[in-house]
Amino acid sequence: MNDLTPTPQERTAKLKGLGTSRKRVEDARFTQGKGNYVDDIKMPGMLHGDFVRSPYAHARVKSINADAARALPGVIAVLTAADLAPLNLHWMPTLAGDRQMVLADGKVLFQGQEVAFVVATDRYVCADAIELVEVDYEELPVVTDPFKALEPGAPVLREDLAGQTSGAHGARRHHNHIFLWETGDESATNQAIEAAEVVAEEMIYYHRVHPCPLETCGCVASMDKVNGKLTVFGTFQAPHVVRTVASLLSGIEEHNIRVVSPDIGGGFGNKVGVYPGYVCSIVASIVTGKPVKWIEDRMDNLMATAFARDYWMKGRISATKDGRITGLHCHVTADHGAFDACADPTKFPAGFFHICTGSYDIPVAYVGVDGVYTNKAPGGVAYRCSFRVTEAAYFIERMIEVLAMELGMDAAELRAKNFIRKDQFPYNSALGWEYDSGDYHTAWDKALAAVDYAGLRREQAERVAAFKRGETRKLLGIGLTHFTEIVGAGPVKNCDILGMGMFDSCEIRIHPTGSAIARLGTISQGQGHATTFAQILATEIGLPADSITIEEGDTDTAPYGLGTYGSRSTPVAGAATAMAGRKIRAKAQMIAAWLLEVHDGDLEWDIDRFVVKGAPERFKTMKDIAYAAYHNAIPGIEPGLEAVSYYDPPNMTYPFGAYVCVMEIDVDTGTHEVRQFYALDDCGTRINPMIIEGQVHGGLTEALAIAMGQEIAYDAIGNCKNSTLMDFFLPTAVETPHYTTDHTETPSPHHPIGAKGVGESPNVGGVPAFSNAVHDAFRAFGLRQAHMPHDHWRIWKIANQLGLHG
Amino acid sequence: MGKKMQIALTVNGEAHDLLAEPRELLIYVLRERLNLTGPHAGCETSHCGACTIEMNGKSVKSCTVFAAQANGATITTIEGLGSPDSLSVLQQSFREHHGLQCGYCTPGMITRAHRLLQENPDPTEEEVRFGISGNLCRCTGYQNIVKAILAAAATINGAKEAAE
Repeated sequence: MNDLTPTPQERTAKLKGLGTSRKRVEDARFTQGKGNYVDDIKMPGMLHGDFVRSPYAHARVKSINADAARALPGVIAVLTAADLAPLNLHWMPTLAGDRQMVLADGKVLFQGQEVAFVVATDRYVCADAIELVEVDYEELPVVTDPFKALEPGAPVLREDLAGQTSGAHGARRHHNHIFLWETGDESATNQAIEAAEVVAEEMIYYHRVHPCPLETCGCVASMDKVNGKLTVFGTFQAPHVVRTVASLLSGIEEHNIRVVSPDIGGGFGNKVGVYPGYVCSIVASIVTGKPVKWIEDRMDNLMATAFARDYWMKGRISATKDGRITGLHCHVTADHGAFDACADPTKFPAGFFHICTGSYDIPVAYVGVDGVYTNKAPGGVAYRCSFRVTEAAYFIERMIEVLAMELGMDAAELRAKNFIRKDQFPYNSALGWEYDSGDYHTAWDKALAAVDYAGLRREQAERVAAFKRGETRKLLGIGLTHFTEIVGAGPVKNCDILGMGMFDSCEIRIHPTGSAIARLGTISQGQGHATTFAQILATEIGLPADSITIEEGDTDTAPYGLGTYGSRSTPVAGAATAMAGRKIRAKAQMIAAWLLEVHDGDLEWDIDRFVVKGAPERFKTMKDIAYAAYHNAIPGIEPGLEAVSYYDPPNMTYPFGAYVCVMEIDVDTGTHEVRQFYALDDCGTRINPMIIEGQVHGGLTEALAIAMGQEIAYDAIGNCKNSTLMDFFLPTAVETPHYTTDHTETPSPHHPIGAKGVGESPNVGGVPAFSNAVHDAFRAFGLRQAHMPHDHWRIWKIANQLGLHG
Repeated sequence: MGKKMQIALTVNGEAHDLLAEPRELLIYVLRERLNLTGPHAGCETSHCGACTIEMNGKSVKSCTVFAAQANGATITTIEGLGSPDSLSVLQQSFREHHGLQCGYCTPGMITRAHRLLQENPDPTEEEVRFGISGNLCRCTGYQNIVKAILAAAATINGAKEAAE
């Protein structure tokens, strides 16, 4: 029976465990058009809902007349705030401790705001009925500039907050002020900066953008009045939290609500929040007793659900003459739009922005963030980053460049001089984080060598000289970045969302024939969880990944978890998976001991089996053990082989990376070409290199979009100027460059398998790399700061303002 | 609402006769009436290409074609390009080279790549990039999609040469 023939290498390979570029199990259905996205769901008698939206950014709603709409054949209902008010559902709580109108209650505060919800038998009837709803608006003065919003005479936006001098995050000093959040030692920081030999000061703006997944947000809500169960299918990055919120809002007991995230067509932070469409669909289904589907169109998506960034970051950084950084001061004016709907852990209204000391050993620092209301869409989500980490990385990586100019120093050298050294980890930052691990100098040296940094600088100097001689009209930019992220939220002691601690979970059942199912509290939106979590488990329990089903997203079957965003799936649910696997293995060891008639201490684990120490021919494979768990009556051991783990991480993880972007810029047209992009990522233990590389390619392309063209901009009266894909830049295959990926591997010391998460690193590091390349191209001509996005027109303007057009 | 029209379509080799309003979009008819949910709606303005199908031998964005305009047409969707028992070379190649992540653009992307390789069986990388520039992907950064299409072309051409 006991087969010794396969070598250890063969047995390991068969598992397709950690470190294997295992092909994705998800691909079979997606490549055949057999995915199951929310808009693919059809239910008998299903109705469709859609919104009447405000054309104005700020207006009083004087009246709504839906008579003509209600009279249209096929229209079942038209809901307004007046209909929701008796249920107390015309407003809803936001994740940030504010509240948001579900449907316009007396006024509208941003263009595209939800005013009425039309329910009809199909989408075409819905669209017709929307045209028939008459809304009488009285326009009010509009504020889209957060600095003007804080002026004494600025229009009052949130009349519902009149007289409230404090909010969820402390004092409000103005009627459009939300909070001031501070951390670090301001007076010590000011002292350090005042005493410094060199100080650089700059305003860095990270513009408003949008995650814009290819699939928009949507849901199907179905209230079954016979058994009292509400089922909601939807594009939810956190289905369990949605169930809890739905229960709290509706009063339906949580066991009677089933929330299901089917396949999700990209999330990138867009699908974390709770939107009026979900609430209205649920209400409409309760009212009509029929399933109600709501699917955003692209304009709805770009105008109304979940912008990201919009941070005005005023920085001061100080250093000694030879380039040793002595202090960092940052004040942010954060434009949150009409409602504070930021998706951050409760105690962190500016997310983890205070990771903004980056990869550098900065002795003293201060951050203050003022949140401000304006007549813009609510949101403030983490667009492919962990809660404001990308803003922080952009801020520090720009400030380093500005400081390098002030010092007349090479920016790569300045970075290396100030990196936290390997021997300083675990490192306590001036703003209160404990960096778990890192080896920045090794990564940095590897990156600079890979691109021949010295050679690039020589080429750049020659190019500038040739440009000045009139021999070329193209400049060369070398964009450097060394970023440090903070991901994997997070320890329950300080991280929660609406009171739910940010642990995550995994539940495993081993089947009698040696295959398994594992369910997790997270939900994949393209990250390939069904592939990678099976790999973690394969290595832990010695069953082939191909024999393990991974299931997520159904709150009736999956254990409670906080979902997938902020690169938390691998650091938190991945850890839970490993820990649950170890519980399986511990019980398996007892069973093996009984089967082999030895003491369990006499056994050791070997890839896929327990072996008697010193007698390698005596073993039981996990497959043997699985069968025994269901077959044998073993004294003192319960039948079956299952485990569940809820993992509360002791710390965040701190992935890092070194990126270099080499960019050619045409001074006369403002066009650019990325000649080379080198991305070195250190995400600790690597689970599936193929998937990591794919994540890096995708994140870099989103970074390219953000840095080089993407924005959500408003005109003076609050019209959203980028509400279609005609105006909102998503790169095609033609604009997207070729990327070279590389890695170092510094495992997290506190994560069970040492993994740190990687999905967001390329966005966090990519944006400053692209932007720094643009700035660097013009450094020889004195450019210090030009705000993103660096589209062709804006690059042309930089050249023009520097006098390069003759 | 307009008067319904009689529309005849041949989709993935199957003939369909159906009634549709003149304003009904082809994507709607395919998804809602014929239950072919492979093609997806991503933008409704023909920018993203998630709804790409093949109509009378051309790549078409079905979100901006009226079903009435397709009357009499021969249509292929992702569901017609392969079957679970015999995946097309492109379908296999996308999996092999990790040319997809969330999968939402994938049916349109593969359908477009299929037509591209009919038009240009041996494309350069630049030609592939230009050839799929009507199809947006938010996840992959295209690098592995391009690799998958080039590899599929090589496989198809290799098989053809072997047969000759």
